Amino acid sequence: MKSFALITVILTGWLLLSAVSDFPSWGDTESPANDYRLSQHYITETFPESSVPNMVTAVLADYRGYDTMFETVVIFVAGIAIMSILRRKPLDYLKDTGRETRSYKKDPDLIIDTTCRLMIPIIQLFALYVVAHGHHSPGGGFQGGVIFGASFILLALSRDLQAAQRWVPEKRVLNLAGIGILIYSGFGFACMILGSNFLDYEILHKIMPATPVEARSHSMLGVEIGVAFTCTAIMFSIYSNLASNGDMKETL
Amino acid sequence: MELLEALSTKFNYWIYIIIMMIGLYAMISKNNLVKKLIGMSIFQTAIILFYVSIGVKEGATIPILYHDQVHPSHGYSHHKADTGHIEDHHPSHEEIVANLLIEPDDFGNPLPHVLMLTAIVVGVATLGVGLALTQKIYRDFGSIEESEILESIKSAK
Repeated sequence: MKSFALITVILTGWLLLSAVSDFPSWGDTESPANDYRLSQHYITETFPESSVPNMVTAVLADYRGYDTMFETVVIFVAGIAIMSILRRKPLDYLKDTGRETRSYKKDPDLIIDTTCRLMIPIIQLFALYVVAHGHHSPGGGFQGGVIFGASFILLALSRDLQAAQRWVPEKRVLNLAGIGILIYSGFGFACMILGSNFLDYEILHKIMPATPVEARSHSMLGVEIGVAFTCTAIMFSIYSNLASNGDMKETL
Repeated sequence: MELLEALSTKFNYWIYIIIMMIGLYAMISKNNLVKKLIGMSIFQTAIILFYVSIGVKEGATIPILYHDQVHPSHGYSHHKADTGHIEDHHPSHEEIVANLLIEPDDFGNPLPHVLMLTAIVVGVATLGVGLALTQKIYRDFGSIEESEILESIKSAK
């Protein structure tokens, strides 16, 4: 197996390396990817068309709205898949193995407790900033959602899973994940109801106190919030299922 | 000499191919399922590196417009402050756009960044599902070594 792998890797690597000379050089502004009018359009026309200075967020949430919406569905489905693969009732599990639940009621460590008490609110505040300011500075729904989920994971790591589940119990995780996708697709359907295409935000100026150009910017914020909901919930759900081996009782 | 020049201008492709092959080797040859997943992650990282390096432009910055470009009003209000008559003149979007000059070569290509942002998310999702499957396999077979799992399947027949 080892030699077979080595031969495959060397062959593939040689094939890829033999094509390197055809690629554009590092930092070439004339390369096809950089020179094509699509990316030029994104750079020059994003702000005039949508009043969003961050082109990455604008392309993500507006021009490629479908892609991002189904991306959100992908992580939702992944979270559901992990839950359905691993989740089990703790009682059946105990009957199977005959093992007692180990109680993890350790004494709270003063240093860890105090540090987390200080850190978690700041992490969550920063996550909200990353989401809310995502179309003006680096950031967005995915990033902010992951940071927000990380704050709950920190809580679960520093205390135990039950402490984190007081804030995000399993039912709420699933609700939040679904609500995120509903927010995103709700924006799409609102556009359809008002007589435009799915996820064509410009028409939303009719129900927003904004010009058509500003409506695109505000709708981007809206769908990013939806993405952040799903991302937060699924990140914590992935962690809690993997760390507790599916019974939501004991953590690492 | 020619080789050295090819190496220096296209080093990003060499690096991505080497990292990608490390990942591929780990995926094929390793016996441990978690090590295979680590190989898959390395493979994904190589592809992300490839895409992001394609979007690089010499002398360009990140694809976010400068604050001065989208908020020219700050310049005006300072000017007025000297006369003691502070007046916040917010130019409309059309006025800003009319005076806006964006040179495409000043900003990096945003498209690869967007594509890789979504690829990272898919990477996290697939890694999570892979780890969950590995845990389920460990629960059922008591091992995550491929050869041991195959043996226990054979002996069960």
